[in-house]
Amino acid sequence: MSDFVRVALAVCAKDIRVEHRSRTALISAIAFAALVLVIFNFARDPATASREALAPSVLWITFTFSGVIALNRSFALERENGALDGLLLAPVSRSAIYLGKYLANLAFVFTVEAATLPLFVLFFGVDLGGALGGIVLTAVLATAGFVAVGTIFAAVAVRTRFAELMLPLLVLPFLIPPLIGAVQITTRLLAGRPLSEIAGWFRILALYDLVFVTLCLLLFPSLMDE
Amino acid sequence: MTVPRPASPSASPPLLEAASLERRFGAFRALRGVSLTVRPGECHMVVGPNGAGKTTLLRLLAGLARPTAGSVRLSGAILGRDGESRRGIGLLSHQSHLYDDLTSVENLSFAARLYGSPDPVRRARRALDAVGLGGRADEPVRRLSRGMVQRVAIARSLLHQPILLLLDEPFTGLDPAASAQVAALFAAERNAGRALVLVTHEVHEAWELATHAHVLVRGVWTSSGLREGTLETFLARYREGLHE
Amino acid sequence: MIEAGTAGRLVRRGLGIIAVALAALAGVYLLALRYTPVERFQGVPQKIFYVHVPAAWCALLAFSLVGISSILYLWLRDPRLDVFAESAAEAGLVFSLVMLTTGPLWGKPVWGTWWTWDARLTLTLILFFIFLGYRALRSALSDPSERARFSAVVGILGMVLVPFVHLSVYLFRTLHPQPIVLKPSAPSLPWEMLRTLLASLGAYTLLLIGFITARYGLGRGAEAEGDPDAG
Repeated sequence: MSDFVRVALAVCAKDIRVEHRSRTALISAIAFAALVLVIFNFARDPATASREALAPSVLWITFTFSGVIALNRSFALERENGALDGLLLAPVSRSAIYLGKYLANLAFVFTVEAATLPLFVLFFGVDLGGALGGIVLTAVLATAGFVAVGTIFAAVAVRTRFAELMLPLLVLPFLIPPLIGAVQITTRLLAGRPLSEIAGWFRILALYDLVFVTLCLLLFPSLMDE
Repeated sequence: MTVPRPASPSASPPLLEAASLERRFGAFRALRGVSLTVRPGECHMVVGPNGAGKTTLLRLLAGLARPTAGSVRLSGAILGRDGESRRGIGLLSHQSHLYDDLTSVENLSFAARLYGSPDPVRRARRALDAVGLGGRADEPVRRLSRGMVQRVAIARSLLHQPILLLLDEPFTGLDPAASAQVAALFAAERNAGRALVLVTHEVHEAWELATHAHVLVRGVWTSSGLREGTLETFLARYREGLHE
Repeated sequence: MIEAGTAGRLVRRGLGIIAVALAALAGVYLLALRYTPVERFQGVPQKIFYVHVPAAWCALLAFSLVGISSILYLWLRDPRLDVFAESAAEAGLVFSLVMLTTGPLWGKPVWGTWWTWDARLTLTLILFFIFLGYRALRSALSDPSERARFSAVVGILGMVLVPFVHLSVYLFRTLHPQPIVLKPSAPSLPWEMLRTLLASLGAYTLLLIGFITARYGLGRGAEAEGDPDAG
């Protein structure tokens, strides 16, 4: 068990270190998210669609789309010099490799979200009030789910010619349940609704996370097993 | 030039035993009935035209792919799902398996961690010193020449002291000087009792190293056994065989 | 290894089943149009219900078949299971497409709109996209072993996604009432309507079986052509 965690942390640390070396991907992802926010502001008719009404949708679309496009790099970097073979050759569990990649992707996407949230508050004039804690929790739960699926699909997509198209095509249907949940929760939080109304959605998000993280951990070895 | 021969065949138990390997998917057959036995101190050269199945064979021997039929045993243990069975294997290919943005030390200490080394950084530095790259260990791999990258890759593959070395076109892209150095390194490993399987197009590079020579054509051995005769006769026979 | 003869037999049998199913469907339509009472509120357009519901049901069934054969493939690594999954996916794609085109045909006269986020329609739309992704992935991978295990993983994850989508969409809809979906629940359906629905369901299921059989035969046959040892 401790070997499993040790390997996962080593893989995670390595991914973060590689990312940290160039930082291009992270900055680009944050810039992308910021641009999406800006575009949303103009892609509406101010008379009919108020910023407040659109805010939850805008936030979550921005978070999920910026998250997804950032996921391809996690396996693209293994492809460059055939590094993936080096990982697969080692006497370590393939699920541990997946866990490491998943954690590194989570760190990446959380960073993008953390940088984007203040911009969102700024651009959309949102009064978070006491809702910040709830929104952060929602972000953690929703992100944990779609990054799990996104990580395994990144491993799949990287072997195709149009990985940048294939990954979103595969992942987007999987975004729907977490997206619905996240927007519902955020709308209620911003309106100051009591937590009891929202608890059900949190449970769905948590269930989604549990199911898909477990499933991906179990399926990854089969994916790698030629 | 004397042909390097291992001690008498029955002296040491086989390190690697591949029995009747088959690799197919539906109608597509990459390997059929391929067997191979490698003992410590032997270097088995595998040659063949493109598409013969050499890479597939190596991946099966490395435990990276599963045979459709047959088995691969390393020191008696079957290479299976269990990661531990792969511990004694070192793989070196024309790809470096390195991360260009990381330094050599970072690359190797990561590998050392994967293999459970208690002091990964020290092990990494020692391995780099052994291939003469101690001085440039803290530079990103991106900045090293092809020959140096190959040496780092070699250091990485030997880091965990594997008993079986699988070499996939290791001389590709190397100049004669670098090739000679690399060949010397492999010879040292062979003499130290490791088992080597060397897949290559460049027979002349591998000839001195090899104790055994095999020819793989369309997934089957057309010739297999001790390396005999001269390089020229072997090449002649090989080219003849291809035209059949 | 399959012989070209067996593959051909499968294709012929599949086509035969399709022929029977189409004949049955013709019978069902006759039944629906002439021998089934017209629904009081929606009128004649309601009869598209007999196409709409069975096609959706078959798409879901096809999807489950993809998921199950994918699990079996990863466990047993038998290439035939991969051909089966591919066939079921293609069938599902066709059936969901049928559902997505008949849905609006029904929707326009009944709800006055070409599209509505009716729970079933929405689920079928998402199913359609997952099938599409599965198909796109398969054509983007050339190595057969890689293609089989990668699409198997997608198939399994897709199958597990369906209940979540169903749940989320259902909850989403109950909070945002849409035009009333007339979905007479089976027990309260008058017998004449129920029997037409069941007949239609039977015919469509037969069509699905025929389609998958024929496609499976084609898939195995294509494989046999690539094999120099095939009989």
